[in-house]
Amino acid sequence: MFDFLDSGQYDLLGAFWVTAKLALYSAIGSLIWGTALVSMRVSPVPLMRSFGTAYVNLVRNTPLTVVLVGCLLGLNQTLGITLGGGRSEDIGFRLAVLGLVAYTGTFVCEALRSGINTVPAGQAEAARALGMSFTQVLTVVVLPQAFRAAVTPLANVLIALTKNTTVAAAIGAVDAAFLMKTMIENETDALFAVFAVFAFGFIVLTLPTGLILGWAAKRLAVKR
Amino acid sequence: MSSVLYDTPGPRAKRRNVVYTIAFVAVAALVGWWVLSALNDKHQLDANKWSPFVTDSNVWTTYLVPGLTETLKAAALAILIALPLGALLGIGRLSDHRWVRVPVGAVVEFFRAIPVLMLMMFAAALYREFTTISSDFRPLYAVVTGLVLYNASVIAEVVRAGVLSLPRGQGDAAVALGMRKGQTMLYVLLPQAVTVMLPALVSQLVVIVKDTALGGALLGFEDLLSQARQITANYGANTIATLVVIALIYIVLNGIITNLAGRLEQRLRRGRKSTAAAIPAQAAAPEAEVKSVSGA
Repeated sequence: MFDFLDSGQYDLLGAFWVTAKLALYSAIGSLIWGTALVSMRVSPVPLMRSFGTAYVNLVRNTPLTVVLVGCLLGLNQTLGITLGGGRSEDIGFRLAVLGLVAYTGTFVCEALRSGINTVPAGQAEAARALGMSFTQVLTVVVLPQAFRAAVTPLANVLIALTKNTTVAAAIGAVDAAFLMKTMIENETDALFAVFAVFAFGFIVLTLPTGLILGWAAKRLAVKR
Repeated sequence: MSSVLYDTPGPRAKRRNVVYTIAFVAVAALVGWWVLSALNDKHQLDANKWSPFVTDSNVWTTYLVPGLTETLKAAALAILIALPLGALLGIGRLSDHRWVRVPVGAVVEFFRAIPVLMLMMFAAALYREFTTISSDFRPLYAVVTGLVLYNASVIAEVVRAGVLSLPRGQGDAAVALGMRKGQTMLYVLLPQAVTVMLPALVSQLVVIVKDTALGGALLGFEDLLSQARQITANYGANTIATLVVIALIYIVLNGIITNLAGRLEQRLRRGRKSTAAAIPAQAAAPEAEVKSVSGA
């Protein structure tokens, strides 16, 4: 039943490696972009605040598929942006990372905002009483505590991101979902086995993330 | 508006804020100008690429409205099937019997760990191989199946959290009145839990609507997103205009749902008819009721 694994016809590990890379790069990118967004949303400059709010509300309500298809049809095929990728699968991969960062950044922003909300007001007031500027209050006092409180929601975002990388198959990145589509078409007599293999692969990717970050959330939580 | 993070701006801070605002506008204008000029070079801003959406009602009646109908149909079917299924799974996970609790828990965790897209592709292949559903309806069936499996397990977790958030006394009191386990759940716990979890359930609708687009991109489901191909083919490669309009429709639709969820949550907080706090619409965000730092 599982003989397609030995046939050497399919590069399963390679496909999951692409998925893992997509998740890793997008996670790093969206963590940075999300932090920038949340800083804008709480900043003293009204225009930045409204930009942050508008961006989050617009992008969060757009389906990820539309974002990624927009990256391919709009950025690549219309404007000719390749992000330095040569082959079409490279371009697909890079555009997918870009789209995933733009989309996931909004969820990171919301997770961090809920983290900021757990920081008692006295912390920020004390920091201001010491004469710290907004940037200092945010980067030295509030954000470090917010990150520690936001580990659980951030872990949920990371797991959702890992699963969302499958959408990249829609724009030609050769990840696990792309391979599964091919295999479902070729191995019709082993459908359940194919599904089981890919389901197992994703459980292997997401389960440890949840467990490790759940443990980290308990370790890192600020005792109050 | 002032916040705990910064003082009410004095003259110097005000001046600094103006400088930041100008810098921000400059950067935004630069990026905007670059994008617009790039679009203009490719003739994507020409009036004839955008005007069909205003002047030609055919775009709406032939493509966008039927597409939106399919999207809404799939979303509605998915939530209608997923709700009772999710409630059953959620109650099953709370069962006193190990042989019910453990398998149900495994099913819920399994379907939550698998990407919806894979569930949809698998369902499509199953329908193709083992059923006689005509190929016209197969994408809809596949999309709804995938959405139901995933969202039922998410709803199961919401139901479980809702029931567990009720004070222990509610269940104890029902038992003291001589109610059986089924009666306790049906007449005492679930009705209260439903009000608590309503915002989370409504905002799950947003997730469902967004996920229907997967079927349009990969499974040949003729939803709103898939209309982009048809429109750009018939109205002179107006890719950008079409995608912007389609994205806006999704944004407005989801904005309405999000708004509804927010209002429900506020009403529940104000009303406090229930004995437990509302589960926030953004599920899994532990919101402590402390004086918040972000003022927003």
